[in-house]
Order: sequence, then structure tokens, then C-alpha cells
Amino acid sequence: MAGILVFVEQRNSEVRKASLQALSEAKRQGGAGGTVSAVLPGSGISDAAAGLGAWGADKVHVADDANLALYSAEGYAEAVVKAVEQAQPSAVFFAGSAMGRDLAPRVAARLGVGAIPDAVGLTLNGESFSVRRPVYSGKAFATADTAGNTPQVISLRPNVFAAEEMAGAGEVVSLDGLSLSIRAVVKGLVEAAGGELDVAEADIIVSGGRGIKGPENFALIKSLADAVGGAVGASRAAVDAGWIEHSHQVGQTGKVVSPSLYIACGISGAIQHLAGMSSSKVIVAINKDPDAPIFKIADYGVVGDLFDVIPPMVEAIKAL
Amino acid sequence: MNCIVCMTSVPDTASVIKVGGDGKGIDDSGIKWIVSPYDEYALEEALQLTEAKGGEVTVVTYGPDSAEAALRDCLARGAHQAVHVLGGQATLGDSFTIARVLAAVLKDREYDIVLCGIKGVGTDCSQVGQMLAELLDLPHVGVVTELEVGDSSLSAGRDVEGGKERVESPLPALVTCQKGLNEPRYAALKGIMAAKKKPVEKIEVASLGVDEGSGGFYKVENLELPPAKTAGTIIQGEDDAAVAAVELVKLLREEAKAI
Repeated sequence: MAGILVFVEQRNSEVRKASLQALSEAKRQGGAGGTVSAVLPGSGISDAAAGLGAWGADKVHVADDANLALYSAEGYAEAVVKAVEQAQPSAVFFAGSAMGRDLAPRVAARLGVGAIPDAVGLTLNGESFSVRRPVYSGKAFATADTAGNTPQVISLRPNVFAAEEMAGAGEVVSLDGLSLSIRAVVKGLVEAAGGELDVAEADIIVSGGRGIKGPENFALIKSLADAVGGAVGASRAAVDAGWIEHSHQVGQTGKVVSPSLYIACGISGAIQHLAGMSSSKVIVAINKDPDAPIFKIADYGVVGDLFDVIPPMVEAIKAL
Repeated sequence: MNCIVCMTSVPDTASVIKVGGDGKGIDDSGIKWIVSPYDEYALEEALQLTEAKGGEVTVVTYGPDSAEAALRDCLARGAHQAVHVLGGQATLGDSFTIARVLAAVLKDREYDIVLCGIKGVGTDCSQVGQMLAELLDLPHVGVVTELEVGDSSLSAGRDVEGGKERVESPLPALVTCQKGLNEPRYAALKGIMAAKKKPVEKIEVASLGVDEGSGGFYKVENLELPPAKTAGTIIQGEDDAAVAAVELVKLLREEAKAI
């Protein structure tokens, strides 16, 4: 067994960025001594499949079936396991997206092996990966392996590994002989209004906490997020107060994120919140209280009233 | 409607995490063990289902003696009975072994639905539910924030990036529960007293054919704390917020190259 198989995720036939990151990382790891192959389930996806060679795939296994148009853990697991049988890889990579995190364990269990989620670092020891991953929501980092079990099923945290376009065309092959047995059926996908950027995928996040005082003031947070092209996040306090939906929550009981820029506005920095964002590359804090714990992990901070600081910030950014 | 809730006990989320003497696990001295916050949503949903439709809630946990308090907490909140598989220290974070242990416990029991939290807070794997579903040959719906359960099927809403998927599945099925699904209740004094009389079935993990000392699917080589951050640049903006704001934007642009 050698090589890396990468599960590639699409939505409306468009390949997700996090999957391209996983594919490029597989290539950078030298395909772990073999070829980099991709498995792409969906419906009407031949264009998407043809494009994967440019991101590192030597071979693309396509499961094109109307029953796979929308995600199905059981159906997609069937396709991935079939691709594993054909490619015989030593590792299977998933993007650590909602879909990848849901599917990888199901595939691993079907293969009779374990899985390691949320990799932020991969080190090849001989033929096997050691995986660095945050635990306790980033309060600590573990380095772990699969105790000799192969293939190693690993999900990669989005936005940690770079997607790299390269010259290359992958050979596209059809994955035949699937016996789909789908019980839990996805009936539809309702996207959030306005195509809102999700914090889990965003490269820049602007978050509001208790200090923004009320739901109406998320408009101010949004104005800064729009100026920097980022997503709107929130602390648990703001979510529990009912000011914004839980899907925006960053922290130990929300989403754990590592964007390149995280701007915390009116967030004091409870240990559970810090755990969810402390691995961000650049952290900015805006808070009235100079003793707020958030300043201890901030790369840049302004001690001041966010209502006075944010509007001139937005203006200054627009003037850049 | 018989419900099985798989629960794990975890360090209180306010805990300061320190690396233990072996360099592979945490120092658990002084740690308070609680019901993993996401498992509270699973338990609450099961309680509401049985209150509406009859049937019983069985809580299953796999963990050392210290898990007993969290198990009693579940019984105090209204679960009818509990199963405690003793062990789990050597296999912490090994989702597949945990799923195999739970599958061995569940395979001969009768249930309509199995509910888990989306993850055990701490090891943060988010894997046991899906693996357990596969081992029991059940359909699963993960990261559920809306759930309607009928006599032989369920309809659920699950969170995905930037939206929500609507999923329908026949029963029996397994769901993993996300914040937003419900508001978990706390144990009242009456429940705490009643919990003392409720049955807890104890099972030694070895009797399920799992040897914790060998095998395994997830081996931690090293556990470390994140590197300490160096002090950042803090601008005083109390007197002139506009000047501070412009200064911050300049630093983010020119020094951090972040915007």
C-alpha cells in the first residue's frame, strides 16, 4: 500500500477550497511514496473532476450518480471505500469541513481502522504520518498516530495547509459498481441569506461580544467585517443573549478557528473563547478594559470604546 | 420510544489544562469532571422524546470511576437507567475503540434512537457517533440543531458551512446533537435524591473483549501546551479613539500585512 487518496467535496458541482488544500498537501507530502488520487462523488461533476489535476491529483475517481448530488454519509462512504479498494493508499485525507468531519469516521469504521481529525501538522515517519492536532480546543496540542493501522484516515483543518495550483492533468476514471444503500437522505440544502461567509471557512473574522451591548450593534461588527472581507463571529455571551445565531459562535462550545486575522471587539476573553481562536495568526483586541484577558494573547490591541474605535477604523481601511 | 444516550465525562470547560508527568496526557489533579456539554443536548432531547412518547432513556458511558458523578447527574436530570463500562483511561481519544466498546454494549439492546453529543469536549474528535452508527449498521445524521421524530422516521436539520441541510431518515437511527437543539435542564433536588435509587449496570471493559493495553487505533506520542505568546502592541485609545484606530489600521497593513 502506498499513495494518498483525497476525498474531494463539491457543492453545486463546485469544488470546495478546503479540499484543494488537502489535495495540494497530499502532493507536497510526495504522495507518501505513491500517487495522489482523488475521489469525487456528486452528480454532473465531470468538469470539476477534470480540474483536479491542476491541484495535485494524479488520478481522479469519479462517482457520478444522481443519488450523490447532495451529501449522504452512507452513499459517499460507499464511494470512498470503493476508491480505497482500487487505489490501495496508505493514507486517506479529508478536508476538516462539516462534510469531511462527518464522513471520515464513517469511512474509517467501515475500513476497520481509526481516524485522526483536525490535523494542523503532518510529519512523515517512514511510511506513516504523525499528526499534530489541537486538543482541549487549542489549550494543548497532541501529536498522535494510528498505532500502525492503515490506511491512515486523517482530516486536515481548513486554512492551515495551502492550496497550490500547479501544472498537471489528472487521469479521470469512473468509479463503477457502487451498490448505494442510502437511508438518511439529504432533502435539501438551505443556504444562509446573502451568501454569508461562515467563520469556519473565513480567512478573516471580526467577532463581537458582550461589549457590543445589543443585537442591533452587530451591524457595526458587520461593517468592519465587510471592510476587511471577513466573516462575523461572536462570543458565547453574545450568542446566549440571543443577539446572533449559534453558527457564529467561536470558542470551546462553538467553532474552533484559525484565520489569518481575528479581530475581537468587546470580548473580554474567557478561557473558553481563547481556546477557540488562540491559534489565529494575527489577533487584534478592541476593548475598554485594559485588564481584559484578551489583551494577553493579542498581537495588537486598542484600549478604548469599540463604538468610538470601529467607525474610524472602517474609514481608514476603506481609504487604503 | 426507547432512547440510548452515549455520554462522556470531560474536564470542566473552565479548567486550566496542564500536561501530566508522562508527557502524553493531562494532569488531572484538581479537575472537575462534568457531562460533556454537547451530551447535555443529547440527554435533553431523549428526555423530551420519552416525555412525549413514552419509553425509557438509558445513558451509557465508558470511562473510569471518575465518570460516575456525571452518570449520576444524567440520572438526576431524568434518565431512567445507566450503563457504566469501566475503563477508558488508556484509550482516551481513541474514537474507534470507544465506538467498538459502545457497539458491543448496544448491539443486543432495543432502542429506537441513539443520541450522542457532536464531540467530547477535550479530545475534540467528533468521531464516535458516526463510527458507532457504522458498526451498528444504522443511518446517522450529524451536527443536528433541529429534530422531529415520528413513529418510524425522523426529520432533522444539520449545520453545514453557510447553511443547513434537511435530512430524513428511517428509525432506528443515530443523531449527534449540536448546541441550539434544545435548552438542557439542570438536576433538581428531587431528581438528585431519586437518582440514588436508579439502577447503574457496571460492565468491565475486558468482558466486552477489549484489551485496553494493546491494539488501539490512536496513539498519542506527545502532548504539549501551545507556545507562549510574546507581548503585543497595545495602543491607548481612551482619549482619542480615531487616532488609535488609524494607528491600528496602519500596523495591520504595514507591519502585520494582515489586511
